[in-house]
Amino acid sequence: MACENSEHLLRAYFDGELDLVRSLAFEEHLKTCPRCAAELREQQALRDSLRTAHLYEPAPDRLRARVRAALPAQARPQTVSTTRRPLIEWLAIAAAILIAVFLGVKAIPDIGGQKQNLLAEEIVASHIRSLQPGHLMDVESTDQHTVKPWFDGKLDFAPPVVDLATQGFPLVGGRLDYIGRRNVAALVYQRQKHFINLFIWPEEKSGAKLPEVQTIQGYNVVSWSGKAMDYFAVSDLNSSELGQFANLLSR
Amino acid sequence: MQDEKWGSGQTERFEQVVLAHLDAAYNLARWLVRKPQDAEDIIQEAYLRAFKFFGGYQGGDARAWVLKIVRNTSYSFLEKNRPASLVEEFDETIHTAVSEQSGVEGALLQSVDSQMLRDALDELPVNFREVIVLRELEGMSYQEIAELLAIPIGTVMSGLARARKQLKERLIRMRAEEGQRGLRK
Repeated sequence: MACENSEHLLRAYFDGELDLVRSLAFEEHLKTCPRCAAELREQQALRDSLRTAHLYEPAPDRLRARVRAALPAQARPQTVSTTRRPLIEWLAIAAAILIAVFLGVKAIPDIGGQKQNLLAEEIVASHIRSLQPGHLMDVESTDQHTVKPWFDGKLDFAPPVVDLATQGFPLVGGRLDYIGRRNVAALVYQRQKHFINLFIWPEEKSGAKLPEVQTIQGYNVVSWSGKAMDYFAVSDLNSSELGQFANLLSR
Repeated sequence: MQDEKWGSGQTERFEQVVLAHLDAAYNLARWLVRKPQDAEDIIQEAYLRAFKFFGGYQGGDARAWVLKIVRNTSYSFLEKNRPASLVEEFDETIHTAVSEQSGVEGALLQSVDSQMLRDALDELPVNFREVIVLRELEGMSYQEIAELLAIPIGTVMSGLARARKQLKERLIRMRAEEGQRGLRK
Protein backbone atom coordinates (compact mmCIF):
# COMPACT_ATOMS: atom_id res chain seq x y z
CA MET A 1 0.00 0.00 0.00
CA ALA A 2 1.47 3.32 -1.04
CA CYS A 3 1.54 5.79 1.79
CA GLU A 4 0.40 8.68 -0.41
CA ASN A 5 -2.98 7.00 -0.80
CA SER A 6 -3.38 6.11 2.81
CA GLU A 7 -4.46 9.49 4.17
CA HIS A 8 -8.14 8.79 3.57
CA LEU A 9 -7.75 5.25 4.83
CA LEU A 10 -6.08 6.49 7.98
CA ARG A 11 -9.00 8.80 8.78
CA ALA A 12 -11.58 6.17 8.01
CA TYR A 13 -9.68 3.58 10.04
CA PHE A 14 -9.34 5.97 12.95
CA ASP A 15 -13.09 6.65 12.90
CA GLY A 16 -14.03 2.96 12.65
CA GLU A 17 -15.44 3.42 9.15
CA LEU A 18 -13.48 0.68 7.35
CA ASP A 19 -14.87 -2.79 6.82
CA LEU A 20 -12.99 -5.69 8.37
CA VAL A 21 -10.94 -6.58 5.29
CA ARG A 22 -9.71 -3.05 4.62
CA SER A 23 -9.19 -2.50 8.30
CA LEU A 24 -6.88 -5.51 8.54
CA ALA A 25 -5.04 -4.43 5.40
CA PHE A 26 -4.48 -1.01 6.91
CA GLU A 27 -3.18 -2.53 10.13
CA GLU A 28 -0.64 -4.43 8.03
CA HIS A 29 0.40 -1.15 6.42
CA LEU A 30 0.77 0.48 9.84
CA LYS A 31 3.35 -2.09 10.88
CA THR A 32 5.69 -0.98 8.14
CA CYS A 33 4.90 2.74 8.00
CA PRO A 34 6.22 4.79 10.93
CA ARG A 35 4.75 7.97 9.42
CA CYS A 36 1.18 6.67 9.45
CA ALA A 37 1.70 5.07 12.85
CA ALA A 38 2.86 8.41 14.29
CA GLU A 39 -0.05 10.28 12.71
CA LEU A 40 -2.47 7.74 14.16
CA ARG A 41 -0.93 8.13 17.65
CA GLU A 42 -1.31 11.88 17.37
CA GLN A 43 -4.98 11.62 16.37
CA GLN A 44 -5.52 9.23 19.24
CA ALA A 45 -3.88 11.66 21.68
CA LEU A 46 -6.26 14.41 20.56
CA ARG A 47 -9.25 12.10 20.91
CA ASP A 48 -8.10 10.91 24.34
CA SER A 49 -7.82 14.45 25.62
CA LEU A 50 -11.25 15.31 24.17
CA ARG A 51 -12.75 12.33 25.92
CA THR A 52 -11.14 12.85 29.29
CA ALA A 53 -12.00 16.57 29.36
CA HIS A 54 -15.70 15.96 30.10
CA LEU A 55 -16.85 18.25 27.34
CA TYR A 56 -20.25 16.62 26.95
CA GLU A 57 -22.94 18.97 28.24
CA PRO A 58 -25.94 17.00 29.52
CA ALA A 59 -29.23 18.89 29.80
CA PRO A 60 -29.63 20.57 33.21
CA ASP A 61 -32.48 19.16 35.29
CA ARG A 62 -34.31 22.47 35.28
CA LEU A 63 -34.40 22.39 31.47
CA ARG A 64 -35.84 18.88 31.49
CA ALA A 65 -38.53 20.09 33.86
CA ARG A 66 -39.16 23.21 31.79
CA VAL A 67 -39.56 21.25 28.55
CA ARG A 68 -41.84 18.69 30.21
CA ALA A 69 -43.98 21.39 31.78
CA ALA A 70 -44.50 23.10 28.44
CA LEU A 71 -45.61 19.98 26.57
CA PRO A 72 -48.75 18.57 28.19
CA ALA A 73 -50.37 22.02 28.03
CA GLN A 74 -50.12 21.73 24.26
CA ALA A 75 -51.09 18.11 24.21
CA ARG A 76 -54.34 18.44 26.11
CA PRO A 77 -57.37 20.12 24.63
CA GLN A 78 -58.09 23.52 26.17
CA THR A 79 -60.11 23.15 29.41
CA VAL A 80 -62.99 20.79 28.67
CA SER A 81 -66.18 22.79 28.61
CA THR A 82 -69.14 21.58 30.60
CA THR A 83 -71.65 22.58 27.98
CA ARG A 84 -72.67 19.88 25.53
CA ARG A 85 -70.44 19.56 22.53
CA PRO A 86 -72.12 19.78 19.17
CA LEU A 87 -72.06 16.56 17.15
CA ILE A 88 -69.59 17.99 14.67
CA GLU A 89 -66.99 18.42 17.44
CA TRP A 90 -67.38 14.81 18.54
CA LEU A 91 -66.87 13.74 14.94
CA ALA A 92 -63.73 15.85 14.75
CA ILE A 93 -62.39 14.23 17.91
CA ALA A 94 -63.17 10.76 16.59
CA ALA A 95 -61.38 11.62 13.35
CA ALA A 96 -58.36 12.90 15.28
CA ILE A 97 -58.19 9.66 17.28
CA LEU A 98 -58.46 7.58 14.12
CA ILE A 99 -55.66 9.56 12.50
CA ALA A 100 -53.50 9.25 15.60
CA VAL A 101 -54.05 5.47 15.65
CA PHE A 102 -53.30 5.25 11.95
CA LEU A 103 -50.07 7.24 12.34
CA GLY A 104 -49.10 5.19 15.35
CA VAL A 105 -49.40 2.00 13.33
CA LYS A 106 -47.56 3.46 10.37
CA ALA A 107 -44.71 4.66 12.53
CA ILE A 108 -43.67 1.13 13.52
CA PRO A 109 -40.85 0.28 11.14
CA ASP A 110 -41.26 -2.79 9.02
CA ILE A 111 -38.44 -5.19 9.83
CA GLY A 112 -38.20 -8.89 9.23
CA GLY A 113 -40.53 -11.36 10.87
CA GLN A 114 -43.35 -10.19 13.08
CA LYS A 115 -42.13 -12.13 16.11
CA GLN A 116 -38.57 -10.87 15.85
CA ASN A 117 -40.02 -7.41 15.37
CA LEU A 118 -42.04 -7.54 18.58
CA LEU A 119 -39.09 -8.94 20.47
CA ALA A 120 -36.82 -6.15 19.26
CA GLU A 121 -39.40 -3.56 20.29
CA GLU A 122 -39.68 -5.15 23.70
CA ILE A 123 -35.91 -4.96 23.98
CA VAL A 124 -35.85 -1.28 23.08
CA ALA A 125 -38.63 -0.57 25.60
CA SER A 126 -36.66 -2.41 28.27
CA HIS A 127 -33.52 -0.47 27.33
CA ILE A 128 -35.36 2.86 27.70
CA ARG A 129 -36.85 1.76 31.02
CA SER A 130 -33.44 0.69 32.28
CA LEU A 131 -32.08 4.20 31.68
CA GLN A 132 -34.57 5.77 34.04
CA PRO A 133 -32.93 6.62 37.39
CA GLY A 134 -32.13 3.60 39.53
CA HIS A 135 -33.18 0.98 36.97
CA LEU A 136 -29.97 0.28 35.14
CA MET A 137 -28.18 -2.18 37.40
CA ASP A 138 -28.91 -4.66 40.16
CA VAL A 139 -25.26 -5.49 40.59
CA GLU A 140 -22.77 -2.76 39.93
CA SER A 141 -19.32 -4.02 39.16
CA THR A 142 -16.68 -3.82 36.54
CA ASP A 143 -15.48 -7.28 37.52
CA GLN A 144 -16.84 -10.15 35.44
CA HIS A 145 -16.10 -12.50 38.38
CA THR A 146 -18.52 -10.53 40.53
CA VAL A 147 -21.23 -10.13 37.91
CA LYS A 148 -21.32 -13.74 36.74
CA PRO A 149 -21.86 -15.43 40.14
CA TRP A 150 -24.48 -12.80 40.98
CA PHE A 151 -26.79 -14.48 38.46
CA ASP A 152 -26.45 -17.89 40.21
CA GLY A 153 -29.81 -19.06 41.49
CA LYS A 154 -31.59 -16.18 39.77
CA LEU A 155 -31.65 -17.75 36.31
CA ASP A 156 -31.97 -21.29 34.99
CA PHE A 157 -28.86 -20.80 32.84
CA ALA A 158 -25.39 -19.33 33.26
CA PRO A 159 -24.87 -16.32 31.00
CA PRO A 160 -21.36 -15.84 29.63
CA VAL A 161 -19.93 -12.63 31.12
CA VAL A 162 -17.00 -11.03 29.33
CA ASP A 163 -15.36 -7.71 30.09
CA LEU A 164 -14.32 -5.69 27.03
CA ALA A 165 -12.65 -2.79 28.85
CA THR A 166 -9.44 -3.12 26.88
CA GLN A 167 -11.44 -2.88 23.65
CA GLY A 168 -13.18 0.29 24.87
CA PHE A 169 -16.44 -1.28 26.09
CA PRO A 170 -16.06 -1.65 29.87
CA LEU A 171 -18.57 -3.85 31.70
CA VAL A 172 -20.32 -1.76 34.35
CA GLY A 173 -22.89 -4.13 35.83
CA GLY A 174 -25.81 -6.46 35.33
CA ARG A 175 -29.44 -7.00 36.22
CA LEU A 176 -32.31 -9.43 35.84
CA ASP A 177 -34.87 -8.58 33.19
CA TYR A 178 -37.99 -10.12 31.70
CA ILE A 179 -38.15 -10.41 27.92
CA GLY A 180 -40.20 -12.68 25.65
CA ARG A 181 -41.98 -14.19 28.67
CA ARG A 182 -38.86 -15.40 30.42
CA ASN A 183 -36.21 -14.20 32.84
CA VAL A 184 -33.10 -13.09 31.02
CA ALA A 185 -29.69 -11.75 31.92
CA ALA A 186 -29.01 -8.11 31.09
CA LEU A 187 -25.37 -7.03 31.12
CA VAL A 188 -24.58 -3.35 31.01
CA TYR A 189 -21.59 -2.02 29.10
CA GLN A 190 -20.49 1.50 28.51
CA ARG A 191 -18.98 3.26 25.51
CA GLN A 192 -18.08 6.85 26.41
CA LYS A 193 -21.46 8.42 27.28
CA HIS A 194 -23.48 5.57 25.83
CA PHE A 195 -24.86 2.60 27.71
CA ILE A 196 -25.26 -0.74 25.98
CA ASN A 197 -27.71 -3.29 27.32
CA LEU A 198 -26.80 -6.84 26.33
CA PHE A 199 -29.66 -9.30 26.80
CA ILE A 200 -28.82 -13.01 26.93
CA TRP A 201 -30.96 -16.14 27.11
CA PRO A 202 -30.65 -19.78 25.92
CA GLU A 203 -31.19 -20.00 22.18
CA GLU A 204 -34.65 -20.84 20.90
CA LYS A 205 -33.52 -22.27 17.58
CA SER A 206 -30.19 -24.05 17.52
CA GLY A 207 -27.45 -22.85 15.20
CA ALA A 208 -25.25 -19.79 15.09
CA LYS A 209 -26.57 -16.59 13.53
CA LEU A 210 -24.33 -13.70 12.50
CA PRO A 211 -24.94 -10.22 13.98
CA GLU A 212 -27.74 -8.27 12.30
CA VAL A 213 -28.46 -4.60 12.92
CA GLN A 214 -31.83 -2.86 12.93
CA THR A 215 -32.97 0.56 14.10
CA ILE A 216 -36.01 1.12 16.26
CA GLN A 217 -37.03 4.55 17.58
CA GLY A 218 -33.52 5.80 17.01
CA TYR A 219 -31.90 2.97 18.94
CA ASN A 220 -29.71 0.42 17.26
CA VAL A 221 -30.39 -3.22 18.02
CA VAL A 222 -27.96 -5.98 17.08
CA SER A 223 -28.97 -9.61 17.44
CA TRP A 224 -26.99 -12.79 17.00
CA SER A 225 -26.76 -16.37 18.25
CA GLY A 226 -23.86 -18.56 19.24
CA LYS A 227 -22.57 -20.84 21.99
CA ALA A 228 -26.17 -21.99 22.61
CA MET A 229 -27.33 -18.47 23.54
CA ASP A 230 -29.36 -15.76 21.84
CA TYR A 231 -27.98 -12.23 22.19
CA PHE A 232 -29.54 -8.80 21.74
CA ALA A 233 -27.45 -5.66 22.19
CA VAL A 234 -29.24 -2.31 22.23
CA SER A 235 -27.92 1.23 22.52
CA ASP A 236 -28.10 4.74 21.15
CA LEU A 237 -24.49 4.19 20.12
CA ASN A 238 -23.96 4.42 16.35
CA SER A 239 -24.45 1.23 14.40
CA SER A 240 -20.81 0.77 13.38
CA GLU A 241 -19.50 0.83 16.94
CA LEU A 242 -22.36 -1.32 18.20
CA GLY A 243 -21.56 -3.73 15.35
CA GLN A 244 -17.96 -3.79 16.51
CA PHE A 245 -19.17 -4.61 20.03
CA ALA A 246 -21.25 -7.50 18.68
CA ASN A 247 -18.34 -8.76 16.60
CA LEU A 248 -16.08 -8.84 19.65
CA LEU A 249 -18.61 -10.90 21.58
CA SER A 250 -19.66 -13.23 18.79
CA ARG A 251 -16.13 -14.33 17.98
CA MET B 1 -50.80 16.81 11.15
CA GLN B 2 -50.46 19.16 14.05
CA ASP B 3 -53.66 18.51 15.89
CA GLU B 4 -53.91 19.87 19.39
CA LYS B 5 -56.26 17.10 20.38
CA TRP B 6 -53.66 14.36 20.78
CA GLY B 7 -54.40 11.73 23.37
CA SER B 8 -52.14 10.99 26.31
CA GLY B 9 -50.74 7.99 24.40
CA GLN B 10 -49.19 10.30 21.87
CA THR B 11 -47.68 12.44 24.63
CA GLU B 12 -46.26 9.30 26.20
CA ARG B 13 -44.76 8.23 22.92
CA PHE B 14 -43.28 11.69 22.48
CA GLU B 15 -41.67 11.33 25.91
CA GLN B 16 -40.14 7.97 24.96
CA VAL B 17 -39.02 8.89 21.48
CA VAL B 18 -38.05 12.55 21.70
CA LEU B 19 -37.44 13.48 25.33
CA ALA B 20 -35.09 10.49 25.58
CA HIS B 21 -32.65 12.48 23.44
CA LEU B 22 -32.69 15.69 25.46
CA ASP B 23 -29.04 15.35 26.50
CA ALA B 24 -27.89 14.98 22.91
CA ALA B 25 -30.12 17.90 21.92
CA TYR B 26 -28.79 20.21 24.62
CA ASN B 27 -25.18 19.21 24.08
CA LEU B 28 -25.42 20.11 20.38
CA ALA B 29 -27.21 23.43 21.00
CA ARG B 30 -24.83 24.32 23.81
CA TRP B 31 -21.79 23.82 21.60
CA LEU B 32 -23.34 25.57 18.58
CA VAL B 33 -24.40 28.75 20.41
CA ARG B 34 -21.88 28.49 23.28
CA LYS B 35 -24.03 30.21 25.92
CA PRO B 36 -25.97 27.94 28.30
CA GLN B 37 -28.94 30.30 28.61
CA ASP B 38 -29.30 30.66 24.83
CA ALA B 39 -29.02 26.90 24.47
CA GLU B 40 -31.83 26.34 26.96
CA ASP B 41 -34.12 28.75 25.13
CA ILE B 42 -33.30 27.06 21.84
CA ILE B 43 -34.09 23.63 23.25
CA GLN B 44 -37.37 24.86 24.62
CA GLU B 45 -38.32 26.23 21.20
CA ALA B 46 -37.00 23.18 19.32
CA TYR B 47 -38.99 20.81 21.53
CA LEU B 48 -42.19 22.74 21.02
CA ARG B 49 -41.51 22.54 17.29
CA ALA B 50 -40.77 18.84 17.56
CA PHE B 51 -44.02 18.33 19.39
CA LYS B 52 -45.91 20.23 16.76
CA PHE B 53 -44.44 18.18 13.94
CA PHE B 54 -44.38 14.87 15.77
CA GLY B 55 -47.25 13.63 13.59
CA GLY B 56 -44.89 13.81 10.64
CA TYR B 57 -42.26 11.66 12.33
CA GLN B 58 -42.33 8.34 10.49
CA GLY B 59 -40.25 6.24 12.85
CA GLY B 60 -36.54 5.68 12.19
CA ASP B 61 -33.66 7.39 13.94
CA ALA B 62 -35.34 9.60 16.55
CA ARG B 63 -32.07 11.15 17.69
CA ALA B 64 -31.34 12.28 14.14
CA TRP B 65 -34.86 13.65 13.84
CA VAL B 66 -34.53 15.63 17.07
CA LEU B 67 -31.02 16.85 16.29
CA LYS B 68 -32.13 18.10 12.88
CA ILE B 69 -34.76 20.31 14.51
CA VAL B 70 -32.32 21.48 17.20
CA ARG B 71 -29.74 22.28 14.57
CA ASN B 72 -32.17 24.29 12.45
CA THR B 73 -33.35 26.22 15.49
CA SER B 74 -29.76 26.90 16.56
CA TYR B 75 -28.68 28.16 13.15
CA SER B 76 -31.77 30.40 12.86
CA PHE B 77 -30.83 31.84 16.23
CA LEU B 78 -27.25 32.45 15.11
CA GLU B 79 -28.35 34.02 11.82
CA LYS B 80 -30.59 36.39 13.67
CA ASN B 81 -28.40 37.24 16.64
CA ARG B 82 -24.81 36.56 15.65
CA PRO B 83 -24.55 36.48 11.84
CA ALA B 84 -20.80 37.09 12.01
CA SER B 85 -20.28 33.70 13.63
CA LEU B 86 -21.60 31.95 10.52
CA VAL B 87 -19.23 33.26 7.87
CA GLU B 88 -16.84 30.32 7.77
CA GLU B 89 -18.22 27.42 5.81
CA PHE B 90 -16.75 24.11 4.79
CA ASP B 91 -14.35 24.66 1.97
CA GLU B 92 -13.57 21.49 0.11
CA THR B 93 -10.94 23.10 -2.05
CA ILE B 94 -8.46 23.44 0.79
CA HIS B 95 -6.50 20.27 1.00
CA THR B 96 -5.49 18.98 4.39
CA ALA B 97 -2.31 16.97 4.25
CA VAL B 98 -1.26 14.48 6.86
CA SER B 99 0.77 16.47 9.34
CA GLU B 100 4.42 16.63 8.32
CA GLN B 101 6.00 17.11 11.69
CA SER B 102 4.75 14.18 13.73
CA GLY B 103 5.66 12.89 17.14
CA VAL B 104 6.29 15.95 19.27
CA GLU B 105 2.68 17.09 19.15
CA GLY B 106 1.30 13.84 20.45
CA ALA B 107 3.11 14.39 23.73
CA LEU B 108 1.97 18.03 23.84
CA LEU B 109 -1.64 17.05 23.32
CA GLN B 110 -1.61 14.55 26.13
CA SER B 111 -0.89 17.24 28.69
CA VAL B 112 -3.53 19.86 27.78
CA ASP B 113 -6.03 20.52 30.52
CA SER B 114 -9.74 20.43 29.91
CA GLN B 115 -10.29 24.19 30.20
CA MET B 116 -7.78 24.76 27.43
CA LEU B 117 -9.49 22.15 25.29
CA ARG B 118 -12.87 23.73 25.94
CA ASP B 119 -11.54 27.16 24.94
CA ALA B 120 -9.89 25.79 21.82
CA LEU B 121 -13.09 24.06 20.73
CA ASP B 122 -15.14 27.18 21.46
CA GLU B 123 -12.81 29.19 19.21
CA LEU B 124 -13.28 26.93 16.18
CA PRO B 125 -15.61 28.09 13.38
CA VAL B 126 -19.10 26.82 14.09
CA ASN B 127 -19.11 24.17 11.34
CA PHE B 128 -15.88 22.68 12.58
CA ARG B 129 -17.07 22.73 16.16
CA GLU B 130 -20.20 20.96 15.04
CA VAL B 131 -18.52 18.01 13.32
CA ILE B 132 -16.14 17.50 16.26
CA VAL B 133 -19.06 17.50 18.70
CA LEU B 134 -21.11 15.10 16.58
CA ARG B 135 -18.24 12.71 15.96
CA GLU B 136 -16.24 12.82 19.20
CA LEU B 137 -18.84 13.67 21.84
CA GLU B 138 -21.99 12.24 20.29
CA GLY B 139 -20.20 9.28 18.68
CA MET B 140 -22.02 9.56 15.34
CA SER B 141 -20.78 7.81 12.21
CA TYR B 142 -19.86 9.63 8.97
CA GLN B 143 -23.13 8.44 7.46
CA GLU B 144 -25.20 9.76 10.36
CA ILE B 145 -23.43 13.13 10.30
CA ALA B 146 -23.79 13.36 6.51
CA GLU B 147 -27.54 12.81 6.76
CA LEU B 148 -27.95 15.28 9.60
CA LEU B 149 -25.97 18.01 7.87
CA ALA B 150 -27.30 17.10 4.43
CA ILE B 151 -23.81 17.03 2.92
CA PRO B 152 -21.86 14.23 1.18
CA ILE B 153 -19.84 11.78 3.29
CA GLY B 154 -16.65 12.99 1.61
CA THR B 155 -17.35 16.50 2.88
CA VAL B 156 -17.90 15.16 6.40
CA MET B 157 -14.55 13.43 6.19
CA SER B 158 -12.60 16.40 4.90
CA GLY B 159 -14.39 18.79 7.26
CA LEU B 160 -13.56 16.58 10.20
CA ALA B 161 -9.91 16.38 9.14
CA ARG B 162 -9.66 20.17 8.87
CA ALA B 163 -11.50 20.66 12.16
CA ARG B 164 -9.12 18.31 13.96
CA LYS B 165 -6.12 19.96 12.41
CA GLN B 166 -7.29 23.43 13.47
CA LEU B 167 -8.11 22.21 16.95
CA LYS B 168 -4.67 20.69 17.28
CA GLU B 169 -2.96 23.85 16.02
CA ARG B 170 -4.90 26.02 18.45
CA LEU B 171 -3.98 23.75 21.33
CA ILE B 172 -0.32 23.83 20.41
CA ARG B 173 -0.43 27.64 20.15
CA MET B 174 -2.18 27.91 23.52
CA ARG B 175 0.38 25.62 25.10
CA ALA B 176 3.21 27.75 23.72
CA GLU B 177 1.62 30.96 25.05
CA GLU B 178 1.12 29.36 28.43
CA GLY B 179 4.76 28.28 28.43
CA GLN B 180 5.90 31.85 27.71
CA ARG B 181 3.77 33.27 30.49
CA GLY B 182 5.28 30.67 32.80
CA LEU B 183 8.80 31.79 31.88
CA ARG B 184 8.13 35.45 32.53
CA LYS B 185 6.97 34.80 36.08
